[in-house]
Formats: sequence, C-alpha cells, structure tokens
Amino acid sequence: MNAPLLQARDLVKRFPVRHGLTRRLAGQVRAVDGVSVRVDAGETLGLVGESGCGKSTVARLLTRLIEPTSGTVSVSGRELTTLDGRLMRPVRRDLQMIFQDPYSSLNPRHTVRQILTAPYRYQGLTPDEPVEELLERVGLRPEHAARYPHEFSGGQAQRIGIARALALRPRLVVCDEPVSALDVSVQAQILNLLKDLQQEYGLAYVFIAHDLGAVRQISTRVAVMYLGTVVETADRDTLYGRAAHPYTHALLSAVPLPDPDAERARERIVLRGDLPSPLAPPSGCPFRTRCPRAADRCAAERPLLRTIASGHEVACHYPEGRT
Amino acid sequence: MTLLTVRDLTVDFAGGVRAVDGLDLDLAAGAVLGVVGESGSGKSVTSLAVMGLLPDARVTGEVRFDGRRLTGLDGRSLRRLRGDRIAMIFQDPLSCLNPYYPVGFQIAEAYRAHRRAGRREGHRVAVRMLDRVGIPEPERRARAYPHEFSGGMRQRVMIAMALCLEPDLLIADEPTTALDVTVQAQILELLRELREMSGTAVMLITHDMGVVAGLADEVVVMYGGRAVERGPVREVFYRPRDTYTKGLLACVPRVDGPLPDRLPTLSAREVTA
Repeated sequence: MNAPLLQARDLVKRFPVRHGLTRRLAGQVRAVDGVSVRVDAGETLGLVGESGCGKSTVARLLTRLIEPTSGTVSVSGRELTTLDGRLMRPVRRDLQMIFQDPYSSLNPRHTVRQILTAPYRYQGLTPDEPVEELLERVGLRPEHAARYPHEFSGGQAQRIGIARALALRPRLVVCDEPVSALDVSVQAQILNLLKDLQQEYGLAYVFIAHDLGAVRQISTRVAVMYLGTVVETADRDTLYGRAAHPYTHALLSAVPLPDPDAERARERIVLRGDLPSPLAPPSGCPFRTRCPRAADRCAAERPLLRTIASGHEVACHYPEGRT
Repeated sequence: MTLLTVRDLTVDFAGGVRAVDGLDLDLAAGAVLGVVGESGSGKSVTSLAVMGLLPDARVTGEVRFDGRRLTGLDGRSLRRLRGDRIAMIFQDPLSCLNPYYPVGFQIAEAYRAHRRAGRREGHRVAVRMLDRVGIPEPERRARAYPHEFSGGMRQRVMIAMALCLEPDLLIADEPTTALDVTVQAQILELLRELREMSGTAVMLITHDMGVVAGLADEVVVMYGGRAVERGPVREVFYRPRDTYTKGLLACVPRVDGPLPDRLPTLSAREVTA
C-alpha cells in the first residue's frame, strides 16, 4: 500500500503561559493534545470544531508553520518534523495554505502579479504558467494582475489567495476557515471553485471550518475536534447521518436550519455551560463537563479513539446508538 | 396593533452613499420581524436610523413608534425612549460593556437612569435580571467585570441590560454572529423564552437564514438598501417570489437534506467588479 499523502501522528502542541515581570511559567495551554489524521491524494478532510478547539493550530502544525511539542507529520512517507529550512523548501511546493482573512494574508504593497509570482521566486523557479492564466482559473480577469489587494472585494481577494496557493501545483492545500469571512452568496462561489479546482488538479484539501454546512458541502471525510483532541471521525455521510459522539450530535442539532417548520419542530440538544479552559482541561473525557450522557467512568478514564465501524472512529465510552 | 412603522426611510452618507433607499417596515407589538441580507444591504443602518443613532447621515422618511413620530424628535426625548422602551443588543458584547465597571453596576445604571431608583434597588434588579438570563450565581457574578465572562455570558449580560426596563421593542443586530454554534443555540433558546414571557417585540437583524427561520414571524429580505421581499416567515421560505431571496435560500450549505454537487450561486456580480 502506498503511503498516505499526509499523515500526522500524535501531534501535541503546548503553549507556555507566562505571568509577571519575571515571565515565570504559570501554566501551559494544551492547544493540541494528541491528534492523528491522514489525508489521501485527491480527498478532502474536513476538520470542524468551535473556537479554541485547536483546529487552526493543527493547520499550522501540518504545514509546519509552527513546531509541534511532540508528534510527527509526514508527506508521501517523508518525515517533515526533522527537516531543516533548506530541506523543507521543496516540500512546500506540495503543501500550500489558504487563510481566513483574504486581506491580511496578501501584502498590500504588492500587485497581484507580484503576489502570484512570489511562490516561484522563493522556490527559484520560473513560472510555467502566465499570471493571467492563473487568474482566469480562479475566476478573475487577466487585467487584475496590475491591481493591488485593496481594489478587490473579499471574495475576489480570497480568489487571489487561492491562486497563490495553486501557483506551484501543490498536491495538498490546507484551508483554514477560507469562507468564514465571506457573505453566503460569495461563500457558495468559493466552495464551488475549490471543488472545481480539486477535480482539475487532483488536489487534496484539509478544510478547516466551524461551519458544519460548508464542511459537509466540500468534505469526503470529517474529523470533529473538541478541546485539542479529535472526538470523532467518519466519512461525510456517516458523520452527518449517524454521528456517534454526543458532542457531534449537539453540534449538528445546534445549527439553525433555514426551514421554519423543521427548525421549530426539531429536538435540540442544548449544551450547558461553556468550553472548559484548555489551561486546566477536565480529567478523563474532555467533553464530560457538558455532556448529557456523562457517567462516573468519563471522569476517571479518558476515552481513546476506537473504530466502531469501517472508517468510523469515536472517542467516547458511551457512543450514541451503541449502548 | 402596530408598534413600529417605517415609511420611505432613506439614509444618505457623505460622499453620496445611499445605504437605505425608500424602505417600509411594519412590526406588530409582541411580534418578531427578521431583517435579513448580506453585508452592505443596509440592515444595520436601518436599525441605527430607527434609534436615531446616525448623527452624521441624512435621514429622510418617517419612523413611528407606538403612534409617536421618532424622526425629528429632539435628543432629550429620544434618550428617554432609548433603553426604556426601545432597547438594542449588538454583535460584539465586549465593545458595548465598560471594562472598568462590574456588570451588575452597568445593568443597574440603565435602570436607575430611567427609573430614578437608588443603588440598592438597582443592584437588586441587576441580580434578578442576571438570574433570568441564566447566569449561575447571579449575586456573585453581578460584581464581576466584563473580562471575567465568556462571549456567550457577555451576550447574556447585554440581554439582561436590554430587558431590565421591560422595553416594548428589542432591536437585536446580529446577536449570535460572534458566538460558537452551541453557544448560539443557548442564546436563541433564551431569546425564545424571554419573548414568550415578556411579550417584547423583536427586530432581529441577521445574515443567517436559519436564525430567522427559527425565531421570526415576519421577514424582510434586504438588498442594496431596499426590501426585495417581505411576508410571513413560511411564505418567504417556502414560496419565495424574488430571485434574490430564492438564491439566498438556495446557496446556504446545509447540514440536512440532499447534498448538491455544486451550490447554486446568485450571479456573477461578485466576480465582475
């Protein structure tokens, strides 16, 4: 069997929290606490969760924008975490990223042409495709090459970010909340564009978002994160149709449906309280403080991800529909 | 009975930007009116114009509240209405709260300004309101500062502040947009309960069709400063007539129902600029 395109094992990232004049160490935020994911060529892994669950930190770890505290990331079987900057550079051709805020991720003093040729410059390559063609591929016009980022709308600016990510013909693009800053009509266009480009170039995506609708639209598999860990992972239809983790259930039932009768008739699981602090996560299962099914065992013993059906893993002692 | 009537409301900003263009609205006492639209549709400007909070814009047309004309009313009379009979909550509760004062004091401040009540009574009202919006240990939390609250709890504080004078109208401008989906569900549940208990009419401004579907009785869809469609919520959602409304409903990626391979899009307006 071929090595997966991307494989992350037991990723952990802790950020120190310092206080006072002496910058004494006051604690550690466990932003990512043992995450393993794999992405195969041409597929889209959706990574979904609420603020503070660690999904953006995972994005930065996968692309090695930050170093993990422990754990490994490999691309096509090649271990990245040990590579130095010089050896990392060619790997970046295969591994690109799209960010949430299209304006802050584009240099305001550079024209679109400069932005889109920068990846080639850093790689010491000559562009194999004129900037104009690249622009047309993402739905912009050739004459846009001479303009500056502020002359574009949010959706157009995101298209520029996508074009930059595609310039080097990567195999994997990590998209961190690429549509959350956009209006729904623009969001639909960008999601369609990402799907078209995936087919055209055989791209794989890691699509990170808090919007469960957008994740469903684009993903082939989905991983749900809570407080730095993956609590459930399954193929898209299983996750949206037969979720097993109580948190996934609560998340899905919390999304308001644009359908008055269905929205008013549905049974809603409203979670109590707020997300616990990642400075002092609960003992045992991280979700137990808000879980409607929590029992004594959940406080004592942390549930590990286990396979409950083919391709369906869940980290829960008492998964739904299986007790 | 109609509580709020807006007729031919037009808002012009310096530089020739017309944010609202001849808008009519009607809101019955105790009802929820959903005002939906995308960025730049004029929905927030409309709410500010109703409250008389646009000193630098040219506002024409008429706003009537409970039979009284608000447009052209002097500052003193408007201030007496604001907070007391018309209250407002915004998207970002942190920027609406004063970081230097405990939240209980800030809730009491609004109450005392309108009711000429003393410190002790103000505090009592604040604690009662915090309890009503579901904040645990209200007596203790009333003495806490805004930074000690989570986003969802801060929005609860804002709701407590808005409702402490039992207003006839609550204007909620994207009240759950900054919140996580599970916390959003809590706040929507709270708004639903409060509305049933208090009979406050709500003007709910949002871009989220799902939020409107769950809460509104009537809906107005705005685009480019105009109302492109209006009607009872089921009419607008199940039998939309306007092409923009149809597009807006169709392009939302959903967590239920059939999954389209491509999402329908509204137009090429976004790419041709």
